Order: sequence, then C-alpha cells, then structure tokens
Amino acid sequence: MQNVTSIISTVTAAFLGSFVEVVEAFTIVLAVGITNTWRSAFMGTAAGLLVLVALVLIFGPLLQLIPIGILQFVVGVLLGLFGMRWLRKAILRASGYISLHDEGKIFSEEVNTLNAQKKSKRAAYLAAIASFKAVLLEGIEVVFIVIAVGAREGLMLYAGMGALLACLIVLLVGLALHRPLTQIPENLLKLAVGVMLTAFSVFWIGEAMGVEWPGNDLVLLPLIALIGTFTFLLIRLLSADHKHLKA
Amino acid sequence: MDFLRTSLKELHDLFIDDGNLVFLLLSLIAMVSVAVKWLGLQPILGGVLLLAGYLILLAESVMRYRRKKR
Repeated sequence: MQNVTSIISTVTAAFLGSFVEVVEAFTIVLAVGITNTWRSAFMGTAAGLLVLVALVLIFGPLLQLIPIGILQFVVGVLLGLFGMRWLRKAILRASGYISLHDEGKIFSEEVNTLNAQKKSKRAAYLAAIASFKAVLLEGIEVVFIVIAVGAREGLMLYAGMGALLACLIVLLVGLALHRPLTQIPENLLKLAVGVMLTAFSVFWIGEAMGVEWPGNDLVLLPLIALIGTFTFLLIRLLSADHKHLKA
Repeated sequence: MDFLRTSLKELHDLFIDDGNLVFLLLSLIAMVSVAVKWLGLQPILGGVLLLAGYLILLAESVMRYRRKKR
C-alpha cells in the first residue's frame, strides 16, 4: 500500500514531465498534418506509438527481473543525470543566459522544412518519418520518466496514469486549438519537473544505499522544497547578474 | 543509418548536456556509495552528502556557464 505523498508526487512528476514531451511531439505532428497530409501525420504517429509499445512490452518484463535495490540505484543515477540536465537548462533559460524554448519557432521551422520537401516524390514518406521520429523520441523520454518515477512496487500504474492524462489533455487541447501550444509555460514546467526528478534521484539512490529516510516517502516533500528553494536562489542570482551584464 | 545516428544522439542528449557535470555527478554518487557500503559511513549521512553534493554541483555548473558567457 502506497501513501498519499508518494502517489501524488509520482503522478505529478509523470504528468508534468510527460506533458512537456507530448507538447513537443504534438508541434511536429501538427506541422506534418497541416503542411503535408493528416494521413502522413497519423501514420507516423501510429508507427511511433507501435514501436514504443513494443519497447515497453520487451523491456517492461525484463525490469521486473532486476532486484529492486539495483533497479532503484540505476534509475536513481539516470534520474540524477536527466533531472539535473533539465534543471540546469531551465535555470539558464529563466535567468536569460540561454533563450527560451519556442514552440512557435520550432513549428515554423518544421513547416519550412516540410514545404521544401513538397516537390519530392517521397514527400509523404518524409513527412510521416518526421512525425514518427518526433513521437518515438519524445515518447522514449515519457517512457523513461514513467519507469523512473514509478520504480517502486505499485507506483508504476500511477506514473502511467499521470503520463496518459498528459497525453489526453495535450491531444484534446491541441485538436481544439489546431495550432502549436505556445502559451504553455514550458520552462516553468521543466523547472518543476527538474526539481522533482532530482529529489526522486536523491531519494532512490538513498534507499538503495540503505538510508531510512525520516518520515519515509514524506521526505520527498522537504527534498523538493529544498531543491526548489536553492534553484530559485540560483535563478535570482543569475538573473541579477545577467541584467547587470546587459546594462 | 541516419535515423539510427539521430536516435543515438537523442539518447545521448537525454542525459548528457554538460559533460563535466555528468562526470562530477557520477563521481559523487560513486564516492558516497563506496563510503556507505564499505567505509561504514551512516546511510543517512550518505543521503545528506548526496543532496548537498547535488546542489553544489548544480551551482558549479551554472556558474561555470555564466563565467564562460562573461
């Protein structure tokens, strides 16, 4: 039986992390659908989803063969690399040192590329491949996030539900708006996910090392708060410095 | 072939952005694990060291980027 803290933090991390990835995949699929044909967009998406399902079906059962301690350690290390990478980038973006991720710009660039390929006899195939690549590559990140935050008995289902909810919301909003989801505060989401994944990393590696965390899973909350506060202070420091540099 | 190369690059980029940060992070995890498993460091202290190390490495990485851009 899992407690409410671990369920909420797992669902939230899986939902937010997947949301960002699905928005990025949606931008490319939409560009393919509008520029080429919706058939190419859907064929590429379906093929990408099929490969993802195959990967999960192949590697999912294999993961269950790994002792939980080793799995938590390996997943904790990978989460550390993944979460800190997101956090670092989000801090540099929030403080102005690198430009923000722009879905509108990515959409325009993809449309330009697809338009340039329109005269080719293989245009439909190339468009479907673009859609396939976007779904597969962003999907792999979603699968990794789900496996990583759900790396404990009984939590995988909740992580999967968080990811599925994110997919459904992006799909419904995207189909209703019929344009890239540029209004999503992507950097803020990445920042939040980076903080959560980093906290999960410390928690999993600690558990694998035999740490008996005070309050068990509840310790995730102060871990998230501490990493979040530290991140906020870093952004404040770097933002002030960047403004000073520009002045 | 091109797709395979792109996929491998994406997989690499999934975890590695700042190579220095990755190296230091893996070294930190290895050192803390060794200290807990074989040198008798209390696991809870190992957890605290890990957290402190993460925060220091994160600050070092963004500050290094800032220095490069100045």
